[in-house]
Amino acid sequence: MAADRARRMLLGALGVLLVLGALETASRTGLVDTESVPPATEILARAVEMAGDGEFGGHLGATVGAWLTGVLLAVAFAVPAGLILGSVPLLDRASLIVVELLRPIPSVALIPLAILVFAEPARVERSLVCYACLWPILLNTLYGLREVDPLAKETLRSFGFGPLSVLARVSLPSAAPFVLTGVRIALAVGLVVAVSAELRAGGESGLGIYLLATQSGGGRPDLMLAGALWAGVLGLVANGLLVGVERRAFRWRVR
Amino acid sequence: MLEIKALGHTYADGHRALTGIDLGLERGELVCLVGPSGCGKSTLLRCIAGLQRPTEGTVLLEGQAVERVPDGLAVVFQDYTRSLFPWLSVRDNVALVLRRRGLARAARRAAAEEALEAVGLAAAARKYPWQLSGGMQQRAAIARALAYRPQLLLMDEPFGSVDAQTREDLEDLLLSVRGDHGMTILLVTHDIDESVYVGDRVVVLTGAPGSVHTDLPVRLPSPRDQIGTREDPAFVALRAEVGRAVRRT
Ligand SMILES: Nc1ncnc2c1ncn2[C@@H]1O[C@H](COP(=O)(O)OP(=O)(O)OP(=O)(O)O)[C@@H](O)[C@H]1O
Ligand SMILES: [Mg+2]
Repeated sequence: MAADRARRMLLGALGVLLVLGALETASRTGLVDTESVPPATEILARAVEMAGDGEFGGHLGATVGAWLTGVLLAVAFAVPAGLILGSVPLLDRASLIVVELLRPIPSVALIPLAILVFAEPARVERSLVCYACLWPILLNTLYGLREVDPLAKETLRSFGFGPLSVLARVSLPSAAPFVLTGVRIALAVGLVVAVSAELRAGGESGLGIYLLATQSGGGRPDLMLAGALWAGVLGLVANGLLVGVERRAFRWRVR
Repeated sequence: MLEIKALGHTYADGHRALTGIDLGLERGELVCLVGPSGCGKSTLLRCIAGLQRPTEGTVLLEGQAVERVPDGLAVVFQDYTRSLFPWLSVRDNVALVLRRRGLARAARRAAAEEALEAVGLAAAARKYPWQLSGGMQQRAAIARALAYRPQLLLMDEPFGSVDAQTREDLEDLLLSVRGDHGMTILLVTHDIDESVYVGDRVVVLTGAPGSVHTDLPVRLPSPRDQIGTREDPAFVALRAEVGRAVRRT
């Protein structure tokens, strides 16, 4: 197990190094224009510098704040909604169709509407993130409930437990891994939407605002790329944390 | 205690699983149900448990029509693997259902461990069901039902996956728990010897659609003994009689 993991990490590190090396060579040898794509080492150096820069930290914090608030709001709406809709057979079917229809609308397409409705950039951002995250969580909750073994439910029922107990003690734990997968997808989607909303709706702080600022005054591709790199790190960390939670909490699924 | 009247069941796909079942169980009685595969034994148990509404006839429990799952019932499902909750340890699988018995947390755990000990699973209490062999899972499901101390216990081929020795131990455990707590038990089995050994009565069902073919009282001295009872001429004669009935179905 441990050796397996170490090997995977080693392979991953090797892959990253290879890509970085390729990028570095491409710009150093003049294969790509250094003006628009600075060497990888330079981008990394900028990214490290930015970590110590309080101003950039503020931007990053603003994005993380809006992003996580949006996701949490979505969890708070979508999980109970999914549990209710998924427990009523007819509603379940109807809601799945509605969700499948609404889901393909890209959330970024709603940015202009959100600006019109909410005006204030921070609210625009939070509500868009929340909206975008609702679907994957709701959908996964609904599918998770469909996968619950009917015999497991009947077992608890046969011992005299009512529908609410069955929901809380069988359906919810059984669907929980699906819900968490939904949250993981939502986190990835939410980050994209958060930065997109900042780019379009403006505001005072946020990763998107920082990126816009680096655009002005001739532009600084190295800073832009370093900023984007930080967005990637955020996504990676969030995903890693959730995978960790999944491993720990749902050990019973690994058979 | 339990009264089944003119019960019949036809599934939605038109399959007729049971017809005209009349059967009564006295309080504290242990009745064994045998019959060919697919004759509707599991269907009958589901109807009695209130998990499924029969299309014809009624089930009365203490004179009350069973409309939904009655109080004080426990079921050991044929598909015991699916009926254990994989996210709970074996002990918590047992302890969970004891909530309905109004026990505090510590008492639930103690009762669960005691029941697991009785089926020889003390060492596996903290494991998850999927870490157990089939026979161990089956014993966990039995422990859960016995720990619940039901008034009515329905068991669907509960000893099918364990070795002969364990099976005999479990049969004796069932008899002793029943004696101590006065449970009424309906037990489905494919094993004719077993039906005669544990039963007060053996009911043989006909092939599909199932109906009562023979209803034989078992008059053997109690307590039963794995060696002595099985060599009793009365036991041998009864076993032959049940065997003949099963062949004629
Ligand atoms: N949900 C269902 N829908 C349609 N037919 C069903 C359903 N469940 C069971 N049946 C049919 O009803 C008949 C009786 O099934 P049941 O499971 O009660 O038999 P059984 O006596 O328990 O058999 P076994 O000894 O193999 O467990 C079978 O022919 C089966 O195919
Ligand atoms: Mg069956």
